[in-house]
Amino acid sequence: MKLEAKTPPGPLAEKWKRHQGSIKLVSPNNKRRYEVIVVGTGLAGASAAASLSELGYRVKAFCFHDSARRAHSIAAQGGINAAKNYQNDGDSVYRLFHDTIKGGDFRAREANVHRLAEVSVRIIDQCVAQGVPFAREYGGLLANRSFGGAQVSRTFYARGQTGQQLLLGAYSALCKQVGSGAVQLFPNTEMLDLVLIDGQAKGIITRNINTGAVERHAADAVILATGGYGNVFNLSTYARGSNATAIWRAYRRGAGFANPCFTQIHPTCIPVRGDYQSKLTLMSESLRNDGRCWVPKKQADHRPPGQIPEDERDYYLERMYPAYGNLAPRDIASRAAKRVCDEGRGVGTSGLGVYLDFSDSINRLGLKTIKERYANLFDIYHEITGEDAYQAPMRIFPAVHYTMGGLWVDYNLMSNVPGLFVLGEANFSDHGANRLGASALMQGLADGYFVIPYTIGDYLASVKPGTTPKTDAAAFTTAEKETQERVQRLLSIRGKRNVSYFHKQLGKILWDGCGMARNQAGLEKALQAIPELRAEFWKDVNVLGESLSMNQSLEVAHRVADFLELGEVMCMDALTRTESCGCHFREESQEAGECKRDDERFAHAAVWEFKGDGQKPERHTESLNYEFTTLATRSYK
Amino acid sequence: MKVNLRVWRQRGPDSPGEFKNYEAADLNPNMSFLEMLDVVNDRLASRGEEPIAFAHDCREGICGTCCLNINGKPHGPGRAIATCQTYMRSFRDGDTITIEPFRAKPFPILKDLVVDRSAFDRIMQSGGYVSVRTGAAPDGNSIPISKEIADRAMDAAQCIGCGACVAACKNASAMLFVSAKVSQLSLLPQGRPERHRRVLSMVAKMDEEGFGNCTVTGSCAAVCPKEVSLDFITRMNRDYLAALMHEAVGRAAGKEGGAG
Ligand SMILES: Cc1cc2nc3c(=O)[nH]c(=O)nc-3n(C[C@H](O)[C@H](O)[C@H](O)COP(=O)(O)OP(=O)(O)OC[C@H]3O[C@@H](n4cnc5c(N)ncnc54)[C@H](O)[C@@H]3O)c2cc1C
Ligand code: FES
Repeated sequence: MKLEAKTPPGPLAEKWKRHQGSIKLVSPNNKRRYEVIVVGTGLAGASAAASLSELGYRVKAFCFHDSARRAHSIAAQGGINAAKNYQNDGDSVYRLFHDTIKGGDFRAREANVHRLAEVSVRIIDQCVAQGVPFAREYGGLLANRSFGGAQVSRTFYARGQTGQQLLLGAYSALCKQVGSGAVQLFPNTEMLDLVLIDGQAKGIITRNINTGAVERHAADAVILATGGYGNVFNLSTYARGSNATAIWRAYRRGAGFANPCFTQIHPTCIPVRGDYQSKLTLMSESLRNDGRCWVPKKQADHRPPGQIPEDERDYYLERMYPAYGNLAPRDIASRAAKRVCDEGRGVGTSGLGVYLDFSDSINRLGLKTIKERYANLFDIYHEITGEDAYQAPMRIFPAVHYTMGGLWVDYNLMSNVPGLFVLGEANFSDHGANRLGASALMQGLADGYFVIPYTIGDYLASVKPGTTPKTDAAAFTTAEKETQERVQRLLSIRGKRNVSYFHKQLGKILWDGCGMARNQAGLEKALQAIPELRAEFWKDVNVLGESLSMNQSLEVAHRVADFLELGEVMCMDALTRTESCGCHFREESQEAGECKRDDERFAHAAVWEFKGDGQKPERHTESLNYEFTTLATRSYK
Repeated sequence: MKVNLRVWRQRGPDSPGEFKNYEAADLNPNMSFLEMLDVVNDRLASRGEEPIAFAHDCREGICGTCCLNINGKPHGPGRAIATCQTYMRSFRDGDTITIEPFRAKPFPILKDLVVDRSAFDRIMQSGGYVSVRTGAAPDGNSIPISKEIADRAMDAAQCIGCGACVAACKNASAMLFVSAKVSQLSLLPQGRPERHRRVLSMVAKMDEEGFGNCTVTGSCAAVCPKEVSLDFITRMNRDYLAALMHEAVGRAAGKEGGAG
């Protein structure tokens, strides 16, 4: 596997400009002779599809949702970062770059991150022009708030619905292009395979979710913007439909999968309540400004919180991280919660929860102030749990929230498979081992509006215009046949266990072995259990219904089958990376309970290559060189 | 807890449908309504019956995918929430609950409880945007917008496109949905240059898709999970009249110009 990052030479701040000036271009007349497939219509996919078609490329856009507007991006709440420095508080492109690199614990590529910070300012302009109703100050100018991991106020927001408003902006741009016939849109259409001809990405195989029809689509290049794979854990803050199938199928066709074990676990979510549960809900991290985290000092103390006296409570974050207290960063706060629960001091019926207590703040500031600040969050909490958090403390627990890992891409966002580009959360490019809040929306839109429109030309210029393959090419026939066989195989097992059983089991294995803390024994155990579960799945799964109609069990079965493979590679990745960094906490590599990086041996991206079913994938590396930043240790004590 | 479900089952778009009864026992009142359906589906599948198809994704009231008519009301008994935000504790032990898809001619049933709402997308494609090319935008702060206007536009922009407004309306009118988008963009200076063209073509498309007329009964706003206000309908009617006038004047001017 060849991993050429193609990072342009020159000073950091000049790289992107120089690159734009030197890469190959496709002439305006030729653009309409190229067909581009975009899979995914979230922030990354919708912005890419709209922008590419404005340039003249013929675009086909796909999503499994019934409408392009419903992609998972819609659920983002907090905001989007941009180095506008509208607050005059010392923000700059360099500062945003540096915060992101450091936040990622020095495991991202410098040049990509700097470009992200550079284009961030244009994203806001673009969204405002589309009519995104960002929050404003009384003077009519754009408002900002601050977010974790930064000392400046650079986050733009639209009430608690920033993701929705940004996505509706990108969706409207897409609608404009669909309305004029420049983009062909395929909703309800799930990509089930990637088609390669002579080693180049030339098309996809899809299944129509409403009719079950399996179809072939050819193009000159394929873009995957299919989001993250956190649902491999079953329970997460992701939308239920989010899945890994598109990138996993591409991996099986030769695309390298980078840092699969880098998964972000968010500290403040509503805990699991029962095994019927389907989804975990995020409670904004801002709550930790006025809430204090605690657990009883005694193990298995089942008294109601109000009856546990002050001196029998452990305000563990304040104890362990006196300098940052309840505002310790996400990964640190999550691990601390896990630690106290592991000690048997967790609260709630499951013992997997900690209290987030507002009583001190209510006494100090008054109920009215707390209501003003957080009423909507307290409402959500009440709606889900039926409990009143003004009376008794909230119960929270960490939950899977984001995946930094994804398909490996070069500076042009092209994977190692020529003609296959990967954007947004689906790629591995910008967040290293930990993502800062409000940076995923930024990256998705940067990739789609401002990077791919330029960089795709560098590849397409080498493809002869008008040579889009026909869908009767042998590679399409084979790939379609394989997809059909897989569908039939899933439908013919008619075993005893439903798909949900396997998904839940896999989630438990990964949460225990490859969750907030990992160690050799745990990972080895998971690596034993996953193949066994996978074998059981293919022997005993129960998928009812037919192939040629809407069949939701079949849809989920496809996705879970892929998760059962991906989960194993995640564990292999976590096992090989014997250092701790960012979200990846190897218990063997710690200093006083904190991450101990090993820059000598692990300042690289680990990239996994598929070698065939039943074969161990091969681990490659792209070494990360820090020319413009110094590798430093993060400390919050 | 235990409830009795009366669920609309329909194999495909062209098959006849019917209500089927299912007993759902051993439920936890803290389950969401959709989790209850997950449990029922798991039990159905275990005894070899095909699970009930229903649409869902975010399960937190923002994507607009879920669309159940519960006891005759789109999104069920709660106020200002989507189906997925409904919890079993809103029902009583032993209740009979009727679950149907959103019913409206422009939303054909695809299977069981899943309907086709692509008409909404086609309305958006007919004009629900500001025509700005990527890269051509001026600095975000170059157009100050008063906080009141920005907040008002945001009130309209909250619409999640679920279609409950259409399902609740006796005429299957899409006025609340369309007026929310039209108002968001015509309130903001960025959207004003195209406002006449936009409202005319979106309304024409809405009629073409078979949505009915608005008689301002207000059942739409009453079921809207985001409480989008009826005021936007009034606003759009004004915009529409203004656009018609503008067009008429433009046509007259065009004729004169031609004669001269
Ligand atoms: C609750 C929550 C809150 C968040 N809040 C913030 C925040 O405040 N700020 C921030 O920066 N980030 C936030 N994030 C993260 C951020 O929302 C996501 O990382 C980002 O939106 C991902 O965008 P995307 O375009 O890459 O993918 P997605 O939005 O996930 O879109 C994926 C698209 O791909 C399609 N797709 C997937 N697989 C297939 C297939 N096989 N075939 C066809 N189509 C397919 C889907 O239909 C969809 O259109 C939050 C995440 C969560 C879970
Ligand atoms: S499932 Fe997203 S709004 Fe209900």
